[in-house]
Amino acid sequence: MNGDASLEQLRREGRVVIVGASLAGLRAAETLREKGFAGSLTMIGDEPYEPYDRPPLSKQVLLGMAGADRTALPRRRALDATWRLGVPATGLDMAAGRVRLADGDEVPYDRLLIATGVRARPWPHAAEAELDGVFVLRTRDDGAALARRLAERPKRVLVIGAGFTGSEIASACRERGLAVTVAERAAAPLVGALGGVVGAVAAELQREHGVDLRCGVMVTALEGDATGRVRAAHLSDGSSVETDVVIVSLGATRNTEWLAGSGLGAGPRGIACDAGCRAFDIRGIVTDDIYVAGDVARSPHALFGYQFLSLEHWGNAVSQAETAAHNMLSASSDRLPHLWMPAFWSSQFGVNIKSVGVPTLGTEIVVSQGSLADRRFVGVYGYQGRVIGAVAFDHARWLPFYQELIETTVPFPPPFPTVDRRPEGRRPVDADFPDPSVPTHGPTVTLSGYSPADRRMTFTPAH
Amino acid sequence: MTQSLLHQILDYANRADPYPIYEELRKTPVHHEEDGPYVVGTYYEIRSLLHDPRISSDARNLASTARDPLAESAQEGSALPPSFLRLDPPEHDRLRRMTNRPFGPPHSPHRVDGMRGELRDIVAGLIDGIGDPGRIDLVEEFSYPFPVTVICRLLGVPREDEARFHTWADTIAASLDPDPDADPTERGKESHEARMQLGMYLAGLIEERRKKPGDDMLSELATAKGPDGAMTTMELLSTAALLLIAGHETTVNLVTNGMLTLLRNPDVLQRLRADPRLAVPVVEELLRFEPPVQLVPQRTPLADIEIHGVTIPKGASLWLVLASGNRDPQRFENPDRFDPDRRDIQHLGLGSGIHSCFGAPLARLEAQLALAELARRLENPRLLEDPPPYRQNAVLRGPRHLPIACDGIRP
Repeated sequence: MNGDASLEQLRREGRVVIVGASLAGLRAAETLREKGFAGSLTMIGDEPYEPYDRPPLSKQVLLGMAGADRTALPRRRALDATWRLGVPATGLDMAAGRVRLADGDEVPYDRLLIATGVRARPWPHAAEAELDGVFVLRTRDDGAALARRLAERPKRVLVIGAGFTGSEIASACRERGLAVTVAERAAAPLVGALGGVVGAVAAELQREHGVDLRCGVMVTALEGDATGRVRAAHLSDGSSVETDVVIVSLGATRNTEWLAGSGLGAGPRGIACDAGCRAFDIRGIVTDDIYVAGDVARSPHALFGYQFLSLEHWGNAVSQAETAAHNMLSASSDRLPHLWMPAFWSSQFGVNIKSVGVPTLGTEIVVSQGSLADRRFVGVYGYQGRVIGAVAFDHARWLPFYQELIETTVPFPPPFPTVDRRPEGRRPVDADFPDPSVPTHGPTVTLSGYSPADRRMTFTPAH
Repeated sequence: MTQSLLHQILDYANRADPYPIYEELRKTPVHHEEDGPYVVGTYYEIRSLLHDPRISSDARNLASTARDPLAESAQEGSALPPSFLRLDPPEHDRLRRMTNRPFGPPHSPHRVDGMRGELRDIVAGLIDGIGDPGRIDLVEEFSYPFPVTVICRLLGVPREDEARFHTWADTIAASLDPDPDADPTERGKESHEARMQLGMYLAGLIEERRKKPGDDMLSELATAKGPDGAMTTMELLSTAALLLIAGHETTVNLVTNGMLTLLRNPDVLQRLRADPRLAVPVVEELLRFEPPVQLVPQRTPLADIEIHGVTIPKGASLWLVLASGNRDPQRFENPDRFDPDRRDIQHLGLGSGIHSCFGAPLARLEAQLALAELARRLENPRLLEDPPPYRQNAVLRGPRHLPIACDGIRP
């Protein structure tokens, strides 16, 4: 059978299995159908819910403006899929082309898409993590449980880790009028993703909104009362915080354990795939029938030195899923590269934060528009003399311009005047990123080196 | 071809169908004639320039040597400070932010949607008031009065003053659309007079609202207590004038162009009659196909910038021809086809970037309600003249009259 005929047969009666029934999985499935895939489609998800949207969980849901059960993702089209929800995948047999499920079933595939995403990194001390009142926030159930607890008006909430999720949670708590302490190991919030210069702005923003922000400290222990409810947290500076709700917001762990021993290039950094979303096996050879998309993927990006990037970004999940779906049904000459420009947004303390490119690669930053003091600005990141990323605080409408600068590798600092350039925008300064070998809450973009089969990373919890 | 492209864009003879000229324009990335403005008509280049922080909207950055044949009509004889349309950040941002506070999300998410019932009533009243269904001038009888009434209600102009407001608005709008046969000095005087009277009236109304605020936008602007404080009376006057002028002519043209386009595409009109929900994609496609603002003539670079090898010098006058970008075949399939089923519809009709249309949510709703209701109530409507007579204005392009006939008006 020649290639065209087998592709035609795949489109007509092939079996596609998608593991991971969240944003990337859903959009991939929809794209497959849109492109005329008429075969069988199986959606496997470990949660019992149909695909839902996560960004509202740390915003509208915590504010009580929308129930966690109202976050279902809008559907672009009917899917005609077999849904295996609430049943995690537990293994992969690449040779036989089968996915094993927790209930013992095996699902055969002709094409497999892995979009298992990430989960919240739990509090490292299991017994303390079990205390009533200790939460993480990643899933719909997490969101519902936390929103319920916040509605009971706890006397104080402690957020451990001031990355984007932790900061948004703190913001929502303040908006609800709750007392909040934020404990962050680094010198300021958001430093992992945006560096110390912008982190300092985020710190001011938090303090101005009444957050008891403690930076440069670690939480060393959580203490429960006799009934097993959390009552206090002990900090590395010797102080303690009395609290009845603790939210552990220490970044994410990639859901790749189920692939251990499968021979796929999957590890703690994610699953390595080529720019066409095809997974690498452990030998560094690309597979033909296994694709990866979303938070769990890491793939080389031409614009950023072909380094493997892991992007925990909403838009990346959508774009990579669409590319993967296209490529699954295409001959090699018709495949498309996933060349999505990293971009994310956050909304906290009344400020819209948006970023393009890879700020974490940046060594310097220049404020090209507006002012840090006003908290309305565009910060441009430079790396080896070129523009590599940009962040906007309440200035998002300008970002398409900076995206073009990154795409066309414009020199840094950008050699031209802009509207609203202030004195502080005349000279770049050190962007002040922490040493990447020191884990904090984790940035949303991770540079994960060049090796497609890198399994060596270990995360050493600081606590 | 003997006439220059620039001349052709401005030539009234081409008003009814400027699109073949735009097609010519798109053949060069940047069109420039001696002394004239630099004109850009391709989609991606326009979109880039709309987001480019090297481009200023502030007339003070325009070199004195820059010649712009449209400059004179921009803001003649106004004693008011420039509105945020003609300012750069941070002043632009501050004024727009303050104006948005009583208008849109996050602080006023219900303002526009809350006007839905009122808009429906105004539309119904205007259609009820149509005289002879055998000869309707849709502009005079419908499109023209509609947005002025809406802005009065939005600002909180008392009902009994609306008639006066209409008269001033008409005179000012006429000055934006010079009639070549009229005496320019006389017209200038009239328009100046109308601006003065409108300004005095608004200043008085602002005073009243400061003392006794209502829930209208002017009251909220006059008594704002947000982080930016309240506007000065001059800023407030300038802003109110901007809302009136920018929100008026544009909406008139959107509704009129809409009905004209629907009458030229009777299958779409029929579908809209059967399903008023089609009004949403119809209006989006309309903003692409016949945008009420054809070009943005008031930008200038803060430094020399290069586009595809052409240098646009600092301080030069730069025109972005949105209506041309909207018909760019590099961006839209079959761009000259009116197709409300188009799914890929990121048009430039409302601009983009920080100066993107402030009133967009209101304009969309006005046009959707108006077109759906006209489609439903006019029985067997047809054009009496095609093309209809157009206004002079090449920027805010639209018919001066739209003579139509119908067999009757449904209740």
